Amino acid sequence: MSSSTRHSLNIDKVFKALADPGRRHLLDLLHRKSGQTLGALCEGMDMSRQAVTQHLQQLEDANLVAIVWQGREKLHYMNPVPLHEIYVRWIEKFERNRLDVLHDLKMKLEGDDNDKT
Amino acid sequence: MTKPSFVYVTYIATTPEKLWQALVDKDLMREWWVDPNAGCARVNVSDWKPGSGWEHQRADGSGIVDIVGKVVETTPPRRLALTWARPNDVDDESKHSRVSFDIEPYSDGLVRLTVTHADLERDPKMLDGISGGWPTVLSNLKTFLETGRALPRSRPAPQEA
Repeated sequence: MSSSTRHSLNIDKVFKALADPGRRHLLDLLHRKSGQTLGALCEGMDMSRQAVTQHLQQLEDANLVAIVWQGREKLHYMNPVPLHEIYVRWIEKFERNRLDVLHDLKMKLEGDDNDKT
Repeated sequence: MTKPSFVYVTYIATTPEKLWQALVDKDLMREWWVDPNAGCARVNVSDWKPGSGWEHQRADGSGIVDIVGKVVETTPPRRLALTWARPNDVDDESKHSRVSFDIEPYSDGLVRLTVTHADLERDPKMLDGISGGWPTVLSNLKTFLETGRALPRSRPAPQEA
């Protein structure tokens, strides 16, 4: 498989993993507090343990979640590397300063609890 | 062992040996370790023997050292583990954090690199400084190993609006 095919398959997984409010909420929980167990994550999720497990697996397959084993405990970390690659590809080069200004304005007007679904 | 503060995983189309060289050879590192908040490249300098010191130096000829630490484990081409501190805190181990690089062969000619930074809460200022930097550094490492290209030494100047 060529390197570009491989990369486009990976980026497909990233966007598919992000295309779900439950999985985005899981990333928010891990962004807020890294290194959580399945049990801790279930407390913040309004769905079955099995559903959370499946969502985490999909995030892990997309490399958006990294796992660290500590003894018998499986700890979940948000891995920002794939998102950083998206950022570098489309945003970083020219637009960062102006986008920061727009983002700050939006936060000021809406409060920062919005857009979290 | 305390639990890590951050874990970063990236897949790179290279070999474990080449990735290892990029981590320990300062002439290679100069090509890819570019700090996002400071234009010049950085290099990690050490003999990489367990127990030896290492220094994170600016590669602009100034010789300024920004981070110091000790080499904890050297297992080429699989694992490199270091302690990590500001030069002023070199003797105060209560403020040292720990960084490890784990290299595993993966399928399709890919190598999986996991960077783990633990005990960062011992030094909140370091936590702020570090958390934005690793993804950029790893993205540069990936580009360097996959394309062999040297990267720009600094971010292009913002264009006039």
